[in-house]
Amino acid sequence: MSELQADQGAQALDVPQPHAKTRRNRDVLIALAAFVVLALLPMVFSSKFLLDFVIRCAAYGLFATSLNLLVGYTGLTSFGHGMFFGLGAYGFGLMMQKTGVSVPVAFVATLAITFVTALVIGAICVRLKEIYFAFVTLAFQMLIHSTILSWVSLTGGDQGLRGGIPRPPFWGIDLSNHLHLYVTSCALLVIGLFLMHQIAQSPFGYTLRMIRDNATRASFIGIDVWRAKLTIFVLAALFASTGGVIMALFVSGAYPEFAYWTISGEGIFINMLGGVTTFLGPMVGTVLLLILNDTVTRLTEYHGLVLGIVILFFAIGLRKGLMDFVIEWYAQRRDARGK
Amino acid sequence: MLPLDLDALTGCLASSACLVTQTTSGFIIGMLLFLVAVGLTLIFGVLKVVNFSHGAFYMFGAYFAMTAYQLTGSFALAMLCGAAGTAILGLVFERGFMSRVYGADVLMQLLVCYAFVLIFDDVVRMIWGPEFKSMGMPAAFQVAPLFIAGGVVPPYYLLLISVALAAAAVLGLGLARTRIGKVIRAAAHNPGMVSALGINTGLIYGGVFALGGMLAGLAGALAAPVRSLTPGMGFSVLIESFIVTVIGGMGSILGALIGALLIGMIRSFGSLGFPLFTEGLMYLFMVIVLVSRPTGLFGKEVA
Repeated sequence: MSELQADQGAQALDVPQPHAKTRRNRDVLIALAAFVVLALLPMVFSSKFLLDFVIRCAAYGLFATSLNLLVGYTGLTSFGHGMFFGLGAYGFGLMMQKTGVSVPVAFVATLAITFVTALVIGAICVRLKEIYFAFVTLAFQMLIHSTILSWVSLTGGDQGLRGGIPRPPFWGIDLSNHLHLYVTSCALLVIGLFLMHQIAQSPFGYTLRMIRDNATRASFIGIDVWRAKLTIFVLAALFASTGGVIMALFVSGAYPEFAYWTISGEGIFINMLGGVTTFLGPMVGTVLLLILNDTVTRLTEYHGLVLGIVILFFAIGLRKGLMDFVIEWYAQRRDARGK
Repeated sequence: MLPLDLDALTGCLASSACLVTQTTSGFIIGMLLFLVAVGLTLIFGVLKVVNFSHGAFYMFGAYFAMTAYQLTGSFALAMLCGAAGTAILGLVFERGFMSRVYGADVLMQLLVCYAFVLIFDDVVRMIWGPEFKSMGMPAAFQVAPLFIAGGVVPPYYLLLISVALAAAAVLGLGLARTRIGKVIRAAAHNPGMVSALGINTGLIYGGVFALGGMLAGLAGALAAPVRSLTPGMGFSVLIESFIVTVIGGMGSILGALIGALLIGMIRSFGSLGFPLFTEGLMYLFMVIVLVSRPTGLFGKEVA
């Protein structure tokens, strides 16, 4: 790479360092506003269906957005991210059923288990390139899935964790109350999104973008690429696990499907659907996929067929996510008007 | 959590009868995996895409063979239908869909394949129904099993192993010695130059994909008499054959053969020693290979 090209690259990478503080304050305000709106929603629409839908959005949204940290920001196409979703659900469920600790303790312990697991798996996986990375993460996903299926005495095998998860009240929050569960899920979602946005906007986040665009150059200027990739792999796993915890609380159980590869496939598709170039793209994708899933399952038993055709439409027809499409279209229109 | 049964394993290793039986079953698993994995590795070597829907070709091969066998009663015709049907399917799939995402990133390729895994499974469910099916052993092979050193070996297993070995030999020699084989290898190396020399690379890509699909279909057809058929049966085979290619090295035919036999033996003997952890053993082996040799045992390029 010539000197000139290197300079251009540096200019293109516009790190908004001076405004970091104002940006963060703005993010805090947006997050608070979003939380207040979501928390007040039950006062306006009290339908249980809507609240259930938002809780599912919170679970899948955290999972999909954390996947975007890997796919969109770092260029790590993980095809086994769903294993951490399953790990979160099972870890939390087992902790509550077997040990009888309080909810916050179980939550933190689940995150700790995820941290260690992700560290080990990540250390093996992140040195691999593209397609190898995708498939070895997938292989680990299947390993966890088959462990869940065969370790019947602990996990209940293909029946899943049944008998409900005990949810003793803590800090005045009673998660067996549907409204409390809803507000807690919203809080976890908003906090999770806020933290992930901070990661994406931090200097570390820009390092990740650089690794995605040119890993060789990043390592030339002294960045430990392996360590950066491992860090984001573990961080993303923690958020995916949180999504799994919400799911376990919602269905009051955990099932092997939570750790099956289709969860990872759906995560990738959600990212595609929403678009990986914007931070909120995966959230949009989550809402779209859940609506699509609910509609299709109601209309036909051949759910995979319809979903497959929709995926093909986006992958081959549109060639980009919906948010990418909208933003490009908007930019084009603005340019046209400017002239 | 490791349910160990070492007594069973050492007991088997000591008895020649058990050794023969387990080795044969390891060969069966390995040879079927090889046929699927070699197509996967061939497609990756030439087209530089991983056909994530490769398991579906295995599944279609089995269902085609079953239907052809039920209609005609001829085992040879069933094999032919399984292989030819999936070859056509592979050609259509490559020309119609995969060829549109060659330039795109891995994400797009994965998505297109993911879509087809969902679609193919549902198509099979529509045509043949969701329940388990079985083709049944052809009459020609319903004879008394052979006894080799006290171990039981059904004659059909010998046919399966020899067909797979023959396919491996034809493929290896064809790629190394024939003109078409040379063109394919050249296209894997430098497609731009090959097309500049007046060779239709699109045709080669389609042909390689059809060949890979055909091999997977043949594996499915061969497996149909000994395994049960169900929609989604291709996925576990896909994962295993991917492990095989990772162990053997992407793009290497010899690697696929060695990797497939290793996995076959691990599955066969592992089911004795670690009945609940057989799959885990496979993954463990893959991790060991990956950590010590990230390109696989016979891989060349840096991964």
